[in-house]
Amino acid sequence: MATDVKDERTGFETYEAVHEKSSVFYDLYERKSDLKQQTHYCPGCGHGVAHKLIAEALQDLGLQDRTIFVSPVGCSVFAYYYFDVGNVQVAHGRAPAAATGIKRACPDKIVISYQGDGDLAAIGTAEIVHAANRGEKITVFFINNGIYGMTGGQMAPTTLVGQKSTTSPFGRRPANEGFPIHMAELLATLQAPVYVERVALCDNKNIMRARRAVRKALELQRDGAGFSFVEILSPCPTIWGKEPVAARSWVLEKMVPEFPLAVFRDRKEPLPANGAPPQRPVIEVLGIKEAINNHGNGKRTQPFKGLSINIAGFGGQGVLLLGQLLAEMGTEQGLEVSWLPSYGPEMRSGSAHCWVILSKSRIGSPLTAKPDVLIAMNEVSLRKFASQVPSGGFILYNGQTLPEDFPMPQAQVYCIPASEIADKLGSAKAANIVMMGAMLEETGCFEPSTATRFLEAKVKNPSLLEIDIKAIAAGREAVDHQVNLGPLSQPDGFA
Amino acid sequence: MRQLCKGNVAVMKGAILAGCNAYYGYPITPASEIAEAAAKFLPQVGGTFIQAESEVAAINMVYGAAAAGARVMTASSGPGLSLMQEGISYLAGAELPCVIVDVMRGGPGLGNIAPEQSDYFATVKGGGHGNYRNIVLAPASVQEMASLTMLAFDLADKYRNPAVVLADGFIGQMMEALDLEYAECNIPAKPWAVKGTPETRANVVSSIYLESDELEDHNRQMEAKYIRAQNAEPRCEQYCTDDAEILVVGYGIVSRVLRSMVEKARAEGLPVGLFRPITLWPFPSKALAKAAAHATNVLVVELSNGQMLEDVRLALIGRKRVDFYGRMGGNVPTVEELREQVEARIPSRTEVFAGEVE
Ligand SMILES: Cc1ncc(C[n+]2csc(CCOP(=O)(O)OP(=O)(O)O)c2C)c(N)n1
Ligand code: SF4
Repeated sequence: MATDVKDERTGFETYEAVHEKSSVFYDLYERKSDLKQQTHYCPGCGHGVAHKLIAEALQDLGLQDRTIFVSPVGCSVFAYYYFDVGNVQVAHGRAPAAATGIKRACPDKIVISYQGDGDLAAIGTAEIVHAANRGEKITVFFINNGIYGMTGGQMAPTTLVGQKSTTSPFGRRPANEGFPIHMAELLATLQAPVYVERVALCDNKNIMRARRAVRKALELQRDGAGFSFVEILSPCPTIWGKEPVAARSWVLEKMVPEFPLAVFRDRKEPLPANGAPPQRPVIEVLGIKEAINNHGNGKRTQPFKGLSINIAGFGGQGVLLLGQLLAEMGTEQGLEVSWLPSYGPEMRSGSAHCWVILSKSRIGSPLTAKPDVLIAMNEVSLRKFASQVPSGGFILYNGQTLPEDFPMPQAQVYCIPASEIADKLGSAKAANIVMMGAMLEETGCFEPSTATRFLEAKVKNPSLLEIDIKAIAAGREAVDHQVNLGPLSQPDGFA
Repeated sequence: MRQLCKGNVAVMKGAILAGCNAYYGYPITPASEIAEAAAKFLPQVGGTFIQAESEVAAINMVYGAAAAGARVMTASSGPGLSLMQEGISYLAGAELPCVIVDVMRGGPGLGNIAPEQSDYFATVKGGGHGNYRNIVLAPASVQEMASLTMLAFDLADKYRNPAVVLADGFIGQMMEALDLEYAECNIPAKPWAVKGTPETRANVVSSIYLESDELEDHNRQMEAKYIRAQNAEPRCEQYCTDDAEILVVGYGIVSRVLRSMVEKARAEGLPVGLFRPITLWPFPSKALAKAAAHATNVLVVELSNGQMLEDVRLALIGRKRVDFYGRMGGNVPTVEELREQVEARIPSRTEVFAGEVE
């Protein structure tokens, strides 16, 4: 354990090392027998020092039983050999994402994401930025040693200009590789983080500073404050090819000038409150509380086997909605139903269509190449789909007459100027309901009263409801007064 | 009770009834309604929803939540699934249970957003690196979008393995009557999870095994559990297979069209039967071999260039003639189209296949 001691005579803080292992470390490490007493880190490696500072802080703050340590891919992949806390080892760069999942599952636990500079500042850039931006209540310790240690000395995004690595053998050239990335500064541009500091493991004084930063970051998490981040400039003597002492000096002399040591964020004002929606019972949220099937009892009066309907038109004509309304009525009436919309690019081009099937028995294909009924809300749809309706089926076309050049289809056609009718009733939007009225009248698949009841439940605006109810009646009437435009017979679906 | 519901929304209703309390995902057509339903439902019932910065992040959030013992899921479509593959491999390697829903769209590349079944290989055969399997379930209706999602959670926990619900754009986008009931769910204890408690302090969730023997042992132990699943979990549905001379095989939306075709064909006296795998992994090979017993010809239909086809061939190795009919790009074959395919294969109307081994 280490303690801060202020030298009475000089006034400087000195570092008093107590060579006793933190109880947050395992007594013996899960390593091969002759290595159980020592870590796998090289002599003089910053990871060892950083581990020690974290273990001491967890011990002092009494957090050992509550801590979950997320270890990265990098030299510290085996952090779980040492830390006697809950451990989760994750994919390269993804520690902040995994820590997010853990913390959200265990909001009152201490979750630590420990990452190297390849892990955090290269492959995991998106994850760290967004965890910080969401203000995840985790603590991130970022070991910046300017190099990829584990894979043998390749360039890191934090490698200094001119610094040689196995993948920048002539020294890092900004023209080719850009400049060293400053993660602490970058994250401090975000609003959510509560604490961002950069420290260095280069001499005792700075190690003491690092120690305080580590502790503060964990205290903030303990108190539920928010996202805390400590960047730790750290020696990698092995890859740098330096003695441990020289490596420490190199941190001070070369790295610190590039990566200034400072507190970049120490947020005092509290973050906005949670703002979660009110809690409700599952059955209510999922809408499985009460059956809507309490009116229909699944009984029908008309002889009816089933019906397949294709509804098509422009987006905004209520094409999909009409389909859903029919499917919903079928559901209530105890029928098997399917509703399948067109989706995608077609929607963008402004047209929409859906297939609806109502059936007394299990529905096979929800698609139908030969629908019993086509409701064509515009000319494009008529041209596209009319030929699919077999004889015996019928087409409801939104227009006064068929286009002049249009070949008479094999199915019966009813021209119903639904848009005009709806417009006269007070809202062109009710054209789909006019068509519904016509369809109900022609097929008898549902009682008009069923449709009215559904509309009453759905349409909250009384004046719109009135229009809709009139629209049903108008549609029924329009189809009754139709000039017969094709062979008349019941669609296939009717017995 | 019965309600009209969209396939993608039904996934989330099933998930919540199965005790799912965390969803991490990234929007993509035609799967986005799953995320939207999760965003709406979960925060009201004490659960977590986060729109992640990418599918890479999403699957790793799933990894973290699963490590902490949560019932957790994500959903996506082709391109997003590709990004998740590394994470899925880690989940499998660390033996973490989770549910991944893939509402398949057209590929490769950006392809299009219309329905395809082209992620069969990517989910059934692995997709990520290493020796692992996903449990893969294939719903063919809105009801099954809910019920198979629920089953997926149970199987994921039972085998400590990712489970995939492999749907397609049509099953995800369509609406049908959905019948759900609320019941308390039985979530098994997870003593291996890392929960930040004194009892779980010694737990480690990891997929790293540095020593060759250790990693081999780990793989063998996973293999043993996969064999257990292969014995216990295959599921399928059969329709008119008892005396079928032509057996058609399809899953998801295709099985629906095939069913309509078989209905029609049977009404006309054609001896056709439908075999629909519900679990794609483990594949119901034994049941398929039985169903094909009387068949002279097996026809596999997929919205792909022939992916499940390989498993059908493996199940029937050399014993039956196995033909394939596939559509791609978002084209779904019509009943009539499939009817023609079958008719061309009625024994009395075709030459005997020279390579046939009976
Ligand atoms: C997806 C993926 N890509 C590459 C690797 C290989 N890899 C392992 S560790 C590492 C870099 C580690 O460097 P850093 O994060 O700086 O940690 P250090 O070893 O220096 O502590 C790389 C590239 C991997 N494990 N996974
Ligand atoms: S290679 Fe560098 S970072 Fe890795 S253990 Fe050795 S000194 Fe530490």
